[in-house]
Amino acid sequence: MLTLTHFLVLAAILFAISVLGIFLNRKNVIVLLMAIELMLLAVNFNFIAFSHYLSDTAGQIFVFFILTVAAAESAIGLAILVVLFRNLNTINVEDLGSLKG
Amino acid sequence: MSFQTVVFYVLSAILIFASFRVITAKNPVHAALYLVLAFFTSAGHWLLLQAEFLAIALVLVYVGAVMVLFLFVVMMLDINFEKLREGFWRHFPLAGTVGLIMVAEMALILMSPEASLDQFKAAAPLAADASNVKELGRQIYTTYLLPFELAAFVLLVAIIAAIGLTQRQRKDTKFIDPAVQVKVRRDDRVRIVKMDAEKRAVADTDVVSEEQQA
Repeated sequence: MLTLTHFLVLAAILFAISVLGIFLNRKNVIVLLMAIELMLLAVNFNFIAFSHYLSDTAGQIFVFFILTVAAAESAIGLAILVVLFRNLNTINVEDLGSLKG
Repeated sequence: MSFQTVVFYVLSAILIFASFRVITAKNPVHAALYLVLAFFTSAGHWLLLQAEFLAIALVLVYVGAVMVLFLFVVMMLDINFEKLREGFWRHFPLAGTVGLIMVAEMALILMSPEASLDQFKAAAPLAADASNVKELGRQIYTTYLLPFELAAFVLLVAIIAAIGLTQRQRKDTKFIDPAVQVKVRRDDRVRIVKMDAEKRAVADTDVVSEEQQA
């Protein structure tokens, strides 16, 4: 019998894996973006699981909006990446220090 | 163990494996392909949760559009990935510990009886002709109409931003800015020079007429 806990724990594992990915791929912006996509997927999992177990479709509509924002985010992120590579010839996060932050 | 439970565990195993490979794959092209697998498997999970429309939307939007965009960028840029992976495993013990602690904490909370997540019983199976798409559409176009319009606007802004960021002016282009053309005044183009009228030299005309005869 599947319960809400099954799905929430799965989403938690997914989220932790993507946090791990952000830790490990500190230098590679592309994989950082992929890890962010995974994180959003984990969030969507929570929304859909609760939506199913509460019999309320509002959660699914929020997932719809998250998908929209995530698509916009990755499109702009990749555009920034292309411009970055064109100007600096690298995507190494450690080389991006021109703002002296 | 019911059929659904078996499907859940199989899909979960694939999902966790795929997402782990996403973050550890040496080649980002492989990482992108494993991310496709992860999204596809999640779509299966969402079907288990009776979110049919979103499952299909996930496959179409993510696997179809976003991941192709990722693959395009990864393959288009000529990047030395070996250099980016220097010291990759050095921080793994710390990162792994933090990740494990996070999962353990969340699992402890979610699985404890005090959280009383058991009170959420599985929804009654929907009727065979129940339509998830119809229900979602009804809500989007009534209750959530304004957020829906805003989402459309966000997408429009994303399109414009992506084009505006990546567009570059080519040096050999013959393009003329219409605004600059319209702003031109007569004085920018025409210069009237005052000078005395000149008489045509007689010798020159003779030479020309001789050439014409020859």
